[in-house]
Amino acid sequence: MSFVNRISSLGDSLWIEWRIALRFLADNPLQTLLISVAISVGAAVIVFITALIMGLQSNIIEKTLGTQAHIRIEATQQHNNLSVIPEGKYIWVLENPRAQRLQTINNWQEVRDTLDKYAAFTTVSPLISGPAFAQKGTARASVGLMGIDPERYTGIIKLKDYLIEGDFSVAASDVLIGSQLADDLGLRTGDKLRLDAGDNRESVMEVAGVFELGVRELDSRYVYTSLKQAQTLLNLPGGITILELKISDVFSAEYWALRTKRLTGLNVQSWMESNAQLLNALKSQSMTTQMIRVFVALSVIFGIASVLAVSVAQRTREIGILRAMGSSQKQILRIFLWQGGVLGLAGSLLGVLVGYTLVQVFNSIDDRLFLIRLEPSMSLSAIIIATAAGVIAAMVPARRAAKYDPAVAIRYV
Amino acid sequence: MSKLNSLKSIVDQKIVLQLRNLNKIFNTNTPLENHVLHDISLQISPGELVALVGTSGSGKSTLLNIMGLLDISSSGELCIQGNSIQGMSEQKRTQLRSESIGFVFQFHHLISAFSVLDNVLMPLMLRYGKPSVEQTSYAEYLLNEVGLANFKHQKTNRLSGGQQQRVAIARALVTRPALILADEPTGNLDTQTADEVFSLFERFNVEHQCAIIIVTHDPRLSSRCLRTVCLTDGRIVYDGASVDFKIP
Repeated sequence: MSFVNRISSLGDSLWIEWRIALRFLADNPLQTLLISVAISVGAAVIVFITALIMGLQSNIIEKTLGTQAHIRIEATQQHNNLSVIPEGKYIWVLENPRAQRLQTINNWQEVRDTLDKYAAFTTVSPLISGPAFAQKGTARASVGLMGIDPERYTGIIKLKDYLIEGDFSVAASDVLIGSQLADDLGLRTGDKLRLDAGDNRESVMEVAGVFELGVRELDSRYVYTSLKQAQTLLNLPGGITILELKISDVFSAEYWALRTKRLTGLNVQSWMESNAQLLNALKSQSMTTQMIRVFVALSVIFGIASVLAVSVAQRTREIGILRAMGSSQKQILRIFLWQGGVLGLAGSLLGVLVGYTLVQVFNSIDDRLFLIRLEPSMSLSAIIIATAAGVIAAMVPARRAAKYDPAVAIRYV
Repeated sequence: MSKLNSLKSIVDQKIVLQLRNLNKIFNTNTPLENHVLHDISLQISPGELVALVGTSGSGKSTLLNIMGLLDISSSGELCIQGNSIQGMSEQKRTQLRSESIGFVFQFHHLISAFSVLDNVLMPLMLRYGKPSVEQTSYAEYLLNEVGLANFKHQKTNRLSGGQQQRVAIARALVTRPALILADEPTGNLDTQTADEVFSLFERFNVEHQCAIIIVTHDPRLSSRCLRTVCLTDGRIVYDGASVDFKIP
């Protein structure tokens, strides 16, 4: 038999198997309805829990990474230089680690321009950061002075979105300060502020705007100014201390940090490294979700298998008569596999619909913490997995049905 | 010699069913070993109407299952239309069964999920898929012949026992088989309905020239067949004209 004939013959065979499978399901509507509802509940739980956890995680990640770079590049740490050891001699060294002074990244413009060429990096932003004192009248506060290139820095933190008053300006003698610092020093937009970085490097600046990042530590310490102003105050003319990067896929930060380290030879740290505990918590959460999904899927599989096992027992005589009329073992096998697949498909379609409704209900709650998005790919994968699970669940009862001895099956009462 | 062989082959092909020294033993080599059929030899020609009689437990149903390729013998030879089933795969046996044999059972065994017409068409659909216009017309013709043309779209569970058995007969005939095996087809029917159903077998036997083997306990019906085969304790004790058969 040629290949085309075989395919045509299989198509003919599948047509009647599909029809018998559907009729068998329709012949017992209550049983079919009950198991479909059970599958749909399982599918809805999987879809909703997955969407909820994904929404929660992306919300946490968005909030965490919304106020920090994905990758930070700093100059390598300074080490003690040991004197040359004469040949044939050994020495014991007891050294104190060197104090780390502010140091610039050598050739940072070159590094920045090189990294700009990588499509994976959506933003490469230079930053000079160092300690200073902010003073208004007799009130003083220790602050972190952040010199930025405002255009590029917007790609790291959209400061404009976090402004609660004033304008986004760090030009000339303008500074942006955190809301907590503004409260501590009694500052408002337009007020003057003295910045003292030590060694008589002082400057009087004007508050152009007040931001609130939502992180107390940052809101009470960060003072943003221009790169030039910060370089002057921190005594690093033309230099920067950090290159901050944003990447398109946040979870590839480790990989790109390693590549950047190899490329530049500098000290590179990804957000995943600096937020190891958060990442660990997210991983644990994902694992818990995965376990819930697996156990729900297992209960769905066993549900389908048990219903089909009952169906096979109920239809023993009909299986016998189908065999007597010339149906092959493979045809009987496929009739029950079809049923498993149809139950999985119908249940999951209903389940996705229920899951979608649950998501809409959740999103309509006024004081919700975050929005859940139900991705089409998630619904599609739930349908595919449930249908495949239905077929897998039908394997055992279908094999049993196919192996029935027709002579015995026909006499089954 | 080769001419003799080819002549033998032609003769074998004309014989619908041939059994040679057929034995069936259940639970071989165990304490529960049961020798059900002993050296059964039988030959059925096209268009024969044969009654298979015998007491309960004599091996009639086992023999019918083997003849219908639903079961296999422990030894001996079975040929259907010249095809020996010795060493034949399950797949080939299924194909031969669907091509050459039709079944009618005591409890009709229709598939309740399908309509009357679909039940009649089922053997064809299992073999060829979606039925052609000609196949559907033939099934409708058979339903008309058994007097159920008006019931073709009804579910089978709405029919009476006699009507359901007529559907089963139409279904057995739809593939135009060379052999129909009927296992007590009237066993569950009242006398009048049994007579009507049996008349259908007689009619189709003549019209379609298919060989029919009917297992029956009813001497009145077996006497209407030209030939009777009687089994006792798994052995053929009579094989001849029904008119000469006397119940042992």
